[in-house]
Amino acid sequence: MSRFEESAPARGGFSFDLCKRNEMLMQKGLKPSSYLKTGTTIVGLVFQDGVILGADTRATEGPIVADKNCEKIHYMAPNIYCCGAGTAADTEAVTDMVSSQLKLHRFHTGRESRVVTALTLLKSHLFSYQGHVSAALVLGGVDVTGPHLHTIYPHGSTDTLPFATMGSGSLAAMAIFESKYREGLTRDEGVKLVAEAICSGIFNDLGSGSNVDVCVITKGNREYLRNYMLPNPRTYVSEKGYSFSKKTEVLLTKITPLRELVEVIEGGDAMEE
Amino acid sequence: MDSIHNDLNAPHSMGTTIIGVTYDGGVVLGADSRTSTGMYVANRASDKITQLTDNVYICRSGSAADSQVLSDYVRYYLHQHTIQLGQPATVKVAANLVRMVSYNNKNMLQTGLIVGGWDKYEGGKIYGIPLGGTLLEQPFTIGGSGSSYLYGFFDQVWKEGMTQDEAEKLVVKAVSLAIARDGASGGVVRTVTINKDGVLRKFYPGNTLPLWHEELEAKDSLLDSLSAASPEPMVS
Repeated sequence: MSRFEESAPARGGFSFDLCKRNEMLMQKGLKPSSYLKTGTTIVGLVFQDGVILGADTRATEGPIVADKNCEKIHYMAPNIYCCGAGTAADTEAVTDMVSSQLKLHRFHTGRESRVVTALTLLKSHLFSYQGHVSAALVLGGVDVTGPHLHTIYPHGSTDTLPFATMGSGSLAAMAIFESKYREGLTRDEGVKLVAEAICSGIFNDLGSGSNVDVCVITKGNREYLRNYMLPNPRTYVSEKGYSFSKKTEVLLTKITPLRELVEVIEGGDAMEE
Repeated sequence: MDSIHNDLNAPHSMGTTIIGVTYDGGVVLGADSRTSTGMYVANRASDKITQLTDNVYICRSGSAADSQVLSDYVRYYLHQHTIQLGQPATVKVAANLVRMVSYNNKNMLQTGLIVGGWDKYEGGKIYGIPLGGTLLEQPFTIGGSGSSYLYGFFDQVWKEGMTQDEAEKLVVKAVSLAIARDGASGGVVRTVTINKDGVLRKFYPGNTLPLWHEELEAKDSLLDSLSAASPEPMVS
């Protein structure tokens, strides 16, 4: 080893120089910074007219709650929704990606999307990444072939079930489903059972919390009940309010929503086939 | 608590007991229904016997993801092959396709399979395709973690040229024996019987299976035992 070591000029691509140092630090006990995970309780069940999906709304970064009211029920198609547990970035990215693929497919075929299509797209993507895309999903929807509910695991395996739970709170929620689920539930009974299962996860699992989101999908219709239940309200709010030092300038925030301008052209050219 | 969380993120594997048995006129495939992630049962009613063609079915064990994707690929290849051939695929072709995929990807796949079916040339046939991608044509074969407990049983009880009834009873008895002893197998017993007349799927719920040595009766719910008459309190 020569005494004079000139550092090589920077080359393109990823520099692996620090990997050994990171490994040494980890061995010494330094924990790497954690990514945003959804601790999560997500559930789904099939009732007599369709499927109901439910989720809690807490996003955690290690022991800290990063988002108290995040949305875990993702839109896939007008008749298909997907709850996601695991790394928040992975669930968002994979559901967005498959949602766009489904839309293109709808334009291509001219038909309503089927749940098995979404299922196959998701499972092939996750399998090809061999479990490194950490997304555990509960996919539910109603299409021409009927109501469907599937669970998809990060490694790409799928199950088709009448009721399903995923996430860190899945054991608590599954306990509720196993004791109270039966075939042919009505809409109100189903929503009540889903809310109960999510609450069980919220109160008994540290990784889940805040509010309950519910989504009811039936033939030709879907109801996204955002914050269906708020069982964790902020109980004490100080009446005195917050005082700022004289130096701080408190500005008023006003949000003006942009109006969507839609021009309807009368008597335009007919689209050519 | 932590170990449970690690378990929930563990890869979905099918502990499993799978069996394939030939009889005089066809084959009987049998499997349990438990899919576990670590120590948690992810699906207690899974269907491990998947259809490849009208007359050929496959029993899957090992990694759930790997076996599902492999079956999907082979189903696709067989569909093309059937169209090109102009007649139903033979069990031998199906088994060889499974073997090719399994062997060529042996470094990346972790799945043991049993292919069984009926065709007009050879009749009922069973092929075992364990981990490395070997192809073995056998009169009967067992696989999965629960199969360890069945080797002696089959050595004792197996005979050539059974009837359909005998074969089905043998398969159900064997799977329930394995369920009794193997923690990674459980749930219900599913069987698929394939012969010249077609395919027959049967389903045996857990509480109809015979109880073995020191097993307790299955209870529907602990709440039932509360309503039952409680024993008289001891009076000194």
